[in-house]
Amino acid sequence: MAEIQLKSLAHSYSDRPEGPDDYAIRQLDHVWHKGGAYALLGPSGCGKSTMLNIISGLVQPSEGDVLFDGKRVNELSPRDRNIAQVFQFPVIYDSMTVYDNLAFPLKNNKVPASKIKARVHEIAEVLEIEDKLYKKAKNLTADEKQKVSMGRGLVREDVSAILFDEPLTVIDPQLKWKLRRKLKQIHEQFDITMVYVTHDQLEASTFADKIAVMYGGQIVQFGTPTELFEQPNHTFVGFFIGSPGMNLIEVQRCPRGVCFGSTVVALQPWQVDVLKRTRSTNIKIGIRPEFVEVSSVASDDTFEAEVLDVEDLGTYKIVTVQLDHEKMKVRQSEDFAASIGSRVHLSFPKQWLKLYVDEFLVQEQQ
Amino acid sequence: MQKVQNNKAWWLVLPVFLLVAFSALIPLMTVVNYSVQDIFGPGQAFYVGTEWFKEVLSNERLQDSLIRQFIFSGAVLLIQIPLGIGVALMMPKSGIKGSLCLILLAIPLLIPWNVVGTIWQIFARGDIGLFGWGINQLGIDYNYTGDTLDAWLTVLLMDVWHWTPLVALLCYSGLRAIPEAFYQAAEIDRASKWAVFRYIQLPRLKSVLIIAVLLRFMDSFMIYIEPFVLTGGGPGSSTTFLSQTLTTMAIGQFDLGRAAAFSLIYFLIVLLISWLFFTAITHADKEK
Repeated sequence: MAEIQLKSLAHSYSDRPEGPDDYAIRQLDHVWHKGGAYALLGPSGCGKSTMLNIISGLVQPSEGDVLFDGKRVNELSPRDRNIAQVFQFPVIYDSMTVYDNLAFPLKNNKVPASKIKARVHEIAEVLEIEDKLYKKAKNLTADEKQKVSMGRGLVREDVSAILFDEPLTVIDPQLKWKLRRKLKQIHEQFDITMVYVTHDQLEASTFADKIAVMYGGQIVQFGTPTELFEQPNHTFVGFFIGSPGMNLIEVQRCPRGVCFGSTVVALQPWQVDVLKRTRSTNIKIGIRPEFVEVSSVASDDTFEAEVLDVEDLGTYKIVTVQLDHEKMKVRQSEDFAASIGSRVHLSFPKQWLKLYVDEFLVQEQQ
Repeated sequence: MQKVQNNKAWWLVLPVFLLVAFSALIPLMTVVNYSVQDIFGPGQAFYVGTEWFKEVLSNERLQDSLIRQFIFSGAVLLIQIPLGIGVALMMPKSGIKGSLCLILLAIPLLIPWNVVGTIWQIFARGDIGLFGWGINQLGIDYNYTGDTLDAWLTVLLMDVWHWTPLVALLCYSGLRAIPEAFYQAAEIDRASKWAVFRYIQLPRLKSVLIIAVLLRFMDSFMIYIEPFVLTGGGPGSSTTFLSQTLTTMAIGQFDLGRAAAFSLIYFLIVLLISWLFFTAITHADKEK
């Protein structure tokens, strides 16, 4: 087990990167603490897999350092870093049996035979592939193969960390949930640092204690699922986490707050102060659909909006409303009754109304 | 639904039938025809049954050349297959160097058989050939026209030079088809170079190796022109292989009945051994 630190890391796949667009990872500092279960969440192509491969040593970073327990390991190969990695698609040694596949990393590490046997059976039991141990690996189904792939990552006890690169892509949804729980159990049982790459927020939050959200080659926020939900640090986190994502509206500066169209939204005094000090014109306000309050009567701090659409999702409703020229999503309980075309009155509770300048959250100075 | 009977549809099978007939059955039947008769001239044919076969099988000259043929093909496979794999493993994976290697490697394959024989006939000569002269200069007495062992080694070396590139090219293409993820997984699993070869590369080369082994076996078993040009089958009959013996019989002695029986036996041996190789390799690691 090790603490993995990334220091001003940057990586470009081109030999002569010219602009920031040539970088898959841009100037990134991050620490994965010992024994944590982490998820690395982000859309396709945001640099997640690159980062994982840099940690495992399959890719050499163009700039910056990778430290394991404070020791620079940039030049070490994956075998010397002693790291396990599970890939997106099953990689099995198809001429071997399932048993030999699982035993392979241990044999390479010269683990004594009796230990290998015990360990392989232990992992096979956890993954529920015990009955297939003596089958040829190539005759397995896709998800059994992926279990074997995962097993090879889990079988080693002494690894610095286990990295998962979207390991459940080929697994069907029912089993996915089960395997995720399994991984979590394994983590609790063996206390190994685990980093789990995914683009699925549900997968990330069921597996990890803390989630790092990646966007455009940077980690834009690192926090618990609750923090990501309640305090999105970046507009991308707001948009990416939650379904539907946060309502984000481009606004201009106004006295006492911000405005869009003919709508004026009052802000808290400290938010107005920050706005006064910055010169940026890239200002947005954001509020989650869950936090918008809807009422049928108008009051001082409500905004009148038109109901455009109501989607009934069984246990709740997603209501699309138009406020001025902006469309917003609002999450309402099943008993929401306003019909399409009717007028409703929205209010934005102060603590949930977020202000973003240059896409980053404006936070209250303590 | 009423099923329509239309026997005209059988005409659709005709092209395939004709193709098979012309490509395999008719020529082969001619040989079969000769192998069971003694034909002196038009209208003078006598049915002799299996007599030619019995005679051929007990002919010592043929038995000797059959044994030589087996030794030769065995040696060819034992040398060329591992060597070809080795060369493929050492070749650059991509880029200009890889392309250059491919071109250099392919050159021997483009040279016609009789030219290969001629090249080596001169190249290996002790007086004017660079290779033969060089060996003699090292103090080793080497003369492929006079010494049986030297003749054998020269024929083998020639064949290795000519055909190992084919094995290497096949293996190279097989190696390139292995996804990078397998090497990455092996690196993560801390597999040794040998383990990578044994458990990733070799199993995934299996299909191209089947092709390589079959091609090399069939070709070497039917080798004719190269040793014929190089040594003429000598010294004595030490490098006279099956096809040369057959040719001598069919053309030199115009012994058509015997030659036909011999051809059939020859064909069946090639067929049988190819089948054995194929079955052995494909069934080698069947499900337990």
